[in-house]
Amino acid sequence: MSAAILTEDLSKDYAVGFWRKRPYRALDRLSLEVRTGEIFGFLGPNGAGKTTTLKLLMQLVFPTSGRAEILGRPVGDIAARRRIGYLAENPYFYDYLTAEELLSYFASLFGFTAADRKARVARLLDQVGIAGERRLQLRKFSKGMLQRVGIAQALINDPEVVFLDEPMSGLDPLGRREVRALMLRLRDEGRTVFFSSHILADAEALCSRVAILAGGRLTATGALGDMLAFEVRGWELVVSDLTPGALEKLGSRVRRATAIADKRYTLEIAPDMAPERVLAEVIAAGGRLVSLSPIRETLEDLFVRQVAVSGDRRW
Amino acid sequence: MVVPKIAVSVFRESVRDKVLYNLVFFAVLLMAASYLIGQLTAGQEVKIMKDLGLAATAVFGLFIAVFIGIGLVSKEVERRSIYALLSKPVRREELVLGKYAGLVLTLVINVSVMAIALYAVLAYYDYTVTGLARERWEAPALDPNLLKAVAMILIELMLVTAIALFFSTFSTPMLSAVLTFGLYIIGHFNADLKNFEQVVESAPAAWLARALYYVLPNLAPFDIKADIVHGRAVSLGYMAWTAGYAALYIGTLLILSMLIFSRRDFK
Repeated sequence: MSAAILTEDLSKDYAVGFWRKRPYRALDRLSLEVRTGEIFGFLGPNGAGKTTTLKLLMQLVFPTSGRAEILGRPVGDIAARRRIGYLAENPYFYDYLTAEELLSYFASLFGFTAADRKARVARLLDQVGIAGERRLQLRKFSKGMLQRVGIAQALINDPEVVFLDEPMSGLDPLGRREVRALMLRLRDEGRTVFFSSHILADAEALCSRVAILAGGRLTATGALGDMLAFEVRGWELVVSDLTPGALEKLGSRVRRATAIADKRYTLEIAPDMAPERVLAEVIAAGGRLVSLSPIRETLEDLFVRQVAVSGDRRW
Repeated sequence: MVVPKIAVSVFRESVRDKVLYNLVFFAVLLMAASYLIGQLTAGQEVKIMKDLGLAATAVFGLFIAVFIGIGLVSKEVERRSIYALLSKPVRREELVLGKYAGLVLTLVINVSVMAIALYAVLAYYDYTVTGLARERWEAPALDPNLLKAVAMILIELMLVTAIALFFSTFSTPMLSAVLTFGLYIIGHFNADLKNFEQVVESAPAAWLARALYYVLPNLAPFDIKADIVHGRAVSLGYMAWTAGYAALYIGTLLILSMLIFSRRDFK
């Protein structure tokens, strides 16, 4: 399958300092390939270079070295821009335009006819749940509502590739769920979604592949399934009605015990230890089982590991 | 062509800005007040009204050009609304041109409103005054030549807007405003630089002053208010030359703005 987005050794230095300017490397030789039709998660802590990468892809900033392509065309190509959508981080628009006017204005930049614009704007406002506020000036919008406007404007041209910089930011739990559903629908329609986030649960729920960025460098990339070690790394047992004396008797079979409430504990058991035996002892001592679950590496563990390896001291 | 679309959007946004209404309101208020002030000056009523009316148009037009002109580009960069716009099929050069065209459109409408207000005040006075007082007038109250002065004010404002736009492509809104006002003031005293050698003895200083005279905008020729108010003729040839100078200066500034803007990083 062809690449929707391709970067090769993409680097960006910013000049910092007031008198004596020195380069600060925000992005270091990023090589990345995003395939057509996938949801690609671009992850990293704050300041990792995610937004810089997106800005380079939108040509809001120019690379110090390296190159990038979208849909086989160099970034900045006007023809390619007709086929993409972009949501900036914490988007902001014009105070005195209404949501409807803003979207209609953006649609006009693609050369859509008035009737087509009207239909598109109505459909999108409905889709992002702000149809009721379409005649309200944007300065009266809350952060979450602006985020929804931002998502709508990114989709105004039925883009083949959608770039979303922290799309969940500013949204309430319901809004987040809607955006997740929207991203999955975009993928089902055959579009490519490239989104940056530091919220790992979003990536776990949505992405087929991810890249982890730390300190401006790519530290890991690939399918989530390949990146996470899926073997069981232990067991987590939540029990209640367990007396401290009974807990003490379990001894070294429990790797770690954390008290949740009175007589209620989370017990962590090593992977080579059969959880059934510990459970039997707990029950014999009058305890009750609340839950038993295997411990596997999460994206968060991987993330912490990768960021630690990269030596990113900025977080 | 996206330039007209950007221009219309700029116009639409700026006409909703309360700042604009306030400025136009005060300009019109001042013109109405000039009617009262005129009453205090026996025999000079019409002159005072025209003077104040044209001055109000120029000053409030300047505020509109600077504040809205700067706001439209540097505020767009500062608040990052430019990100969404530049991800659309819009070249940065088109954005600069569209912004400028939209501002000029805003200025044309506002200056027209102020000119209509001025004519309305003068028409009212003309209606109330007796025939005897008219004999002392240097020019009729509803002098069509007033439009010449208004046109020159508009052209000057277009030039000031281009200066404001130029500064706002690379500096902050505050600094752009200060620099634009600075150049506006210098522009009105520019002729002094030309004759600097008569004042100073140092040859390099005189040479520098002469160089600045040619580089900095020369705004004094746009001010024909006094001539018009006193009924002195201003030839169309003079106006055409001055407008040509403005066109050249505006063109250069727009090209520079586009060059800077198209290479700029939006951090």
